[in-house]
Amino acid sequence: MIPAISFRGVSRHFGTVRAVDGVDLDIAEGEFFAMLGPSGSGKTTCLRLVAGFETPTAGDIRLFGESVAGLPPYRRAVNTVFQDYALFPHLNVLDNVAYGLMIAGVPKPERRRRAEEALAMMALPGYGARRPSELSGGQRQRVALARALVNRPRVLLLDEPLGALDLKLREQMQDELKALQRRVGITFVFVTHDQGEALSMADRVAVFSDGRIQQVGTPSEVYLRPRTRFVADFVGSSNVLAPEVARAFGGQAAWSSLRPEALRVVAPEGAPVAGRVVAARYLGSATRLVVALPQGEVAVLVPGGQAVPETGAQVGLAWEAGALHAMEAA
Amino acid sequence: MTVMADAGAPRPARSGVSDALWRHPRLMLVLLLAPPLLWLGIVYLGSLFALLAQSFFSIDEFSGVIDRTPTLKTYGELLRPANLDIIWRTVLMAALVTVASVTVAFPIAYYAARYARGRWKAVFYLGVMLPLWSSYLVKVYAWKLILAKEGIVGWGFEGLGLGWLLDAFLSVPGIGGNSLSVSPTGTFIVFVYVWLPYMILPIQAALERVPGSLVEASGDLGASPGQTFRHVLWPLALPGVVAGSIFTFSLTLGDYIIPQIVGTSARFIGLAVYQYQGTAGNVPLAAAFAVVPIVIMGIYLAVAKRMGAFDAL
Repeated sequence: MIPAISFRGVSRHFGTVRAVDGVDLDIAEGEFFAMLGPSGSGKTTCLRLVAGFETPTAGDIRLFGESVAGLPPYRRAVNTVFQDYALFPHLNVLDNVAYGLMIAGVPKPERRRRAEEALAMMALPGYGARRPSELSGGQRQRVALARALVNRPRVLLLDEPLGALDLKLREQMQDELKALQRRVGITFVFVTHDQGEALSMADRVAVFSDGRIQQVGTPSEVYLRPRTRFVADFVGSSNVLAPEVARAFGGQAAWSSLRPEALRVVAPEGAPVAGRVVAARYLGSATRLVVALPQGEVAVLVPGGQAVPETGAQVGLAWEAGALHAMEAA
Repeated sequence: MTVMADAGAPRPARSGVSDALWRHPRLMLVLLLAPPLLWLGIVYLGSLFALLAQSFFSIDEFSGVIDRTPTLKTYGELLRPANLDIIWRTVLMAALVTVASVTVAFPIAYYAARYARGRWKAVFYLGVMLPLWSSYLVKVYAWKLILAKEGIVGWGFEGLGLGWLLDAFLSVPGIGGNSLSVSPTGTFIVFVYVWLPYMILPIQAALERVPGSLVEASGDLGASPGQTFRHVLWPLALPGVVAGSIFTFSLTLGDYIIPQIVGTSARFIGLAVYQYQGTAGNVPLAAAFAVVPIVIMGIYLAVAKRMGAFDAL
């Protein structure tokens, strides 16, 4: 099957800065795909390359098998939901949503009907006459989604779509976006720096660092079997063990990842490793301990309801065989 | 440690006035607003109304004595063909100057707002403001020389072998003349040059407030650059364009120096006001003439508001 989006050796350099550096990637049709990485890792530039706001310095991007080289944004069958929503302040909500249809020359009654449908789908019926400035952040987000989806794009690009929302609303919109993607069935590509968001929403995740893709995989692959130290650390703040430490922990002599929640606090006598609790951070649903071992410090997540050792206490740590994951690359 | 101790102790009551004002914000507001409001109310609006009052007086044509009984006779004089001619010529010139200023200013303002960064932004501001640092008279006389028959414009046309083109243009009645410096076109060019900064800066300020993502969003939704200009940039820049056009339009309506130095001897409103209140001593008619730009600007703003020019504010 032809991928919806494919990157082949794509680079985008700004002077000496390699914002995107040799990216190869295939995104399947109908997929909910996340580009995850810290700021400056190249994920947003990748999205902008697909939308056509940036042109690659090298390489080729194809949409449904056709190269988009030299195609301006207005000739590409993709639509974008911007981080700041980019709603037109001089138009009311209905005219904002109908903008793409107006440009495409759809007759007025039809574009009105379709824009109202789109607003109803986003649970904003009857908001058409309002100005964007009169809406809350969550409502603006929905208008931006309606404005993009009303054009029936084959791919929807979302740039940090939930970044400007507060926590409660963000969680609600995560569920809604996921449900929306299933309903409309088109490819969603969304950029985020929030690993929780990427893991909970996406079918597959690409982890970016320094303009390169570190790993592409399903959320559980990326979380449980990180390929590089960066992925292990960035996705879920895993304990990254140097080869000699991994060896001392009974694993292979390779850089390894050991999830904080895979570690159990046990009595120091007879434990595989033992050390002293140097810090504890209460997170509500769990407590995150930092335990100083002879080999270095590790983080341990103690689930809520379990006894939490005092700071300064001597503790032993144990883990299931298989929790220690040797990584392919440093 | 002493620093900590000092910070904890209450400060000496040094400024009773500041404290009192802080406790009475209303009093502070009154004190802050009173001087400018008095200035605006008495000096500015007062003199304006004194002028307007003059326009309802009339002059005795034989003795030249001002008759202070209220009458509309002076306004009737405005409707004489010669005076209507002055009004029409001035309004047309002001409109053309405004349109030309927008056309020239928009690309400059757009570049400055969207692309110029750091040092280039400073260069832009300097480039726009620098002409304002030298005397207006010097600039106008400089233009007289530039546009004169032996001036650099004529020389340039000759050098390019296009002297015939300039001559053909100058022979068009209504816009031409013996040379550019004594043609209505010359007046027009100098007006556009002199008022241009007043058009660039408001447009630039308006465009500065348009986030780049709006332009991208428009393109993303299928709009070509031309459509983006028409449906997004222009409506959002319109308050700036209107603000700039208030400057160019009203400054042209009132100016009496440029048409005297560059152009034909045809009179403009400003020149008429200058002559009637000065040499002719006909203050009522000068006042009536001065009302014309005010009325025109009022109509202009009402139309602009009607057309939604201020919706994006």
